[in-house]
Amino acid sequence: MQNILEIDGISKSFSDIQANNDISLYLRQGQIHALLGENGAGKSTLVKIIYGIIKPDHGSMILNGKLYDPNTPEVARNEGIGMVFQHFSLFESLSVLDNIILGQKGNQKKDSILERLDDLQKDYDLQIDVNKIVATLSAGEKQKVEIIRCMLQDPKIMILDEPTSVLNPSEVEKLFNFLRKLSKQGMAVLYISHKLHEIKELCDTSTILRNGNVVKSCDTADVTINELAQLMVGRAIDNKIKLSEPKQERVLDIKNISYTNPDIFGTSLKEIKFNVNFGEIFGIGGISGNGQTELMKVLSGEVGLNDGNQILYHNEDISSLDINERRQREIVFVPEDRLGHSAVSSLSLSENLLLTNLWDHNFFSNGVIDTNYTDEKTSEVIEKFNVQCNASGSLASSLSGGNLQKFVVGREIIKMPKLVVCEQPTWGVDVGSASLIHNYLIEISNSGSTILIISQDMDELRSICHRIAIISNGVISKPYDAKRITPADIAIEMAK
Amino acid sequence: MFKLEKKETIDQSSFYTVPLIAIGCSLIFVFILFLLIGKNPVLAIFIIFIEPLLSIFGLSELVVKATPLIIIALGLSIGFRAGVWNIGAEGQFTIGALFGGATILAFYPTSGIWILPLSFFIAIIGGVLWAMIPAFLKARFNTNEILVSLMLTYVAILFLSGMVYGPLKNPDGFNFPESRLFHDSGTLPIIFPGTRAHIGFLMALLLAGLMYYLLKRHKFGFHVKVSGESSRALVFSGKSTNYMVYLSFIISGAFAGLAGVIEVSGPVGQLVPAIPVGYGFTAIIVAFLGRLNPLGICFAGLLLALTYIGGEAAQIRLGLPNAITGVFQGVLLFSLLAAEAFTNYKVSLKKMRGNF
Repeated sequence: MQNILEIDGISKSFSDIQANNDISLYLRQGQIHALLGENGAGKSTLVKIIYGIIKPDHGSMILNGKLYDPNTPEVARNEGIGMVFQHFSLFESLSVLDNIILGQKGNQKKDSILERLDDLQKDYDLQIDVNKIVATLSAGEKQKVEIIRCMLQDPKIMILDEPTSVLNPSEVEKLFNFLRKLSKQGMAVLYISHKLHEIKELCDTSTILRNGNVVKSCDTADVTINELAQLMVGRAIDNKIKLSEPKQERVLDIKNISYTNPDIFGTSLKEIKFNVNFGEIFGIGGISGNGQTELMKVLSGEVGLNDGNQILYHNEDISSLDINERRQREIVFVPEDRLGHSAVSSLSLSENLLLTNLWDHNFFSNGVIDTNYTDEKTSEVIEKFNVQCNASGSLASSLSGGNLQKFVVGREIIKMPKLVVCEQPTWGVDVGSASLIHNYLIEISNSGSTILIISQDMDELRSICHRIAIISNGVISKPYDAKRITPADIAIEMAK
Repeated sequence: MFKLEKKETIDQSSFYTVPLIAIGCSLIFVFILFLLIGKNPVLAIFIIFIEPLLSIFGLSELVVKATPLIIIALGLSIGFRAGVWNIGAEGQFTIGALFGGATILAFYPTSGIWILPLSFFIAIIGGVLWAMIPAFLKARFNTNEILVSLMLTYVAILFLSGMVYGPLKNPDGFNFPESRLFHDSGTLPIIFPGTRAHIGFLMALLLAGLMYYLLKRHKFGFHVKVSGESSRALVFSGKSTNYMVYLSFIISGAFAGLAGVIEVSGPVGQLVPAIPVGYGFTAIIVAFLGRLNPLGICFAGLLLALTYIGGEAAQIRLGLPNAITGVFQGVLLFSLLAAEAFTNYKVSLKKMRGNF
């Protein structure tokens, strides 16, 4: 097979960070090549260089035997490189067809576009109703529109950036089939991900990046998932601690809560009911935007509920209590967004520690902040949870995502709370930190804390939960045993 | 196309350099302005900015003018830090002056050491009540506090006129639209005999010190800080956004009201329709020039007070219109905002593309 794209010694640095250091890799015709690495390993930078968004400092690229040095994405597209971004760039209020036409270069006739669209849909099983308004589509369908837009440009190389992060399992399967078909037709695919089993299943070859360097390039068949993980993280990943069985004692009992979202584009919660037992880790899965954030806010008390809704916590109705009154009952909350919600980036770590402890009189005397006590507590969190930072006075913005998340989670679970409610506790966090956070959660659950995790990452939920329910359109499914839930169950519940 | 891009790292020293650069730019601007209108720029700048500092009279007047500016700006800085925009301090100042002044007049000619504290208290209540109108409308109906508070300023000014032309008019005053002169118990003590410098200035410095401590060490300051950075984080910490709206308006209203009564019981000594001379608006510049920092506000208050006195001097000595004060203040605010923008953003030249 022939090399389509040869990347040779690409380096790129941003001020003092070396994002890419002497990176070389080859894309071959008919091959699906994985670009694997943790957040911050340099994947995005490399892809942006290939797609002409960023210029490299050193190194060169050869496309089809010719020197390739794109100045803009337009050049890249003309040279046959197609890109599907993780975040969609579609006009929500326009139809699928309008979006597709807008993405084409030059003045192509609508009829000729329609004709080619027809062929595409037949050849690649990309059926979609082109008259639908994009806002009404599911994430999987929106991605299809992006792929169609890309395919109409007749690309030779297709780059996909974390394409499965928004898809449910059956949509993932369809995407994989499509990509396999593409590669059979001789196209080269560069598939960017940090989900190891996907890469193992789909990709022929892999390049693993760590800290901007290529750690290894290999045939995917030659390595195990564990080896890939080690290469990616750079050391052995901590083994999961074993979960102990929960007691049959209800800690949290949600009875038919409904919440009408004042935002017309937001999701409303409809008759949510579930219960969580003492020492249990209960997971709520689902694709983002199906009511997770709303549920989190309702549970934390950041938004109020109408009368008649009940959140029973140890048989006490806490639905009318505010967030600090709930914290006084040893419930802690870790919302999804680190920046601007669970932490403030321009404040120091000590100040961020105070953020969730304003109700605790130990931190104040007559309203004046006891800085010694606060610093002491902050250092405890930093030490116990291995947060990499200078000192308790460091600004939150100076920490990497993984370290800040360790701090935000650690700040809550160091209190040995009775109930933890967290949303996406390992979102955007490197694999090493994620596994640490998982172990902390399991540890405190084993010593009697009850944990509710809302997450889009089904693998995460399956690996650490006792039971899992799926939220879809603001409705929650019946709980499944985490060991028995199948991808088919998940797909059915997500589609409801 | 020019494009402003947020800088990733901001030099810490910009906290001090930005106001200095702004002052420098404004001086350059007025220098050129004086050249263009045919005045000796060096002499003009000397008369406006230096000469007032060389006499006891100038210094005492500086303190008199700086007092309301500093007090109002201290109150405003809380809201500005928290992201609540009270532009109507002038109105709250006016209502404070009216309420406080009316209290003093009500006890005319009774003497007693309690009259001033009582009038201060009533003035603060007045300022807070006036500020509560935009706060309530914002919290309840999500109206724009900038517009409502600004509009209410004009209502307050007319209300003051109405009272001075009407019920509060001096019965022995030959029908002039002004109240009686306040009696001794309703007048603030003077610090330096022979000048108008009164103890209100010491109160302003005391308040600045108190505010500095509260912002740095107290829970209250923490809420203000968090609120300014992210309203979601504020709610997560357990306070509603409406709490911050009310708190900001209560504090800025109280401070403006206090400044109002200090002004009437200090340098003015009676109620007249011309009590509001724009301190409430200039204090916005003071707050930002002082970087919303209580100590910075003290310096900025003195500088802006200098532009008032210097403007008067320029009028007398150079035959320049009094508008020079407003021009300088405007240019100063403009330079400040520009310097701030260039510190936080960098300008880059970008080709626009329709097809991405």
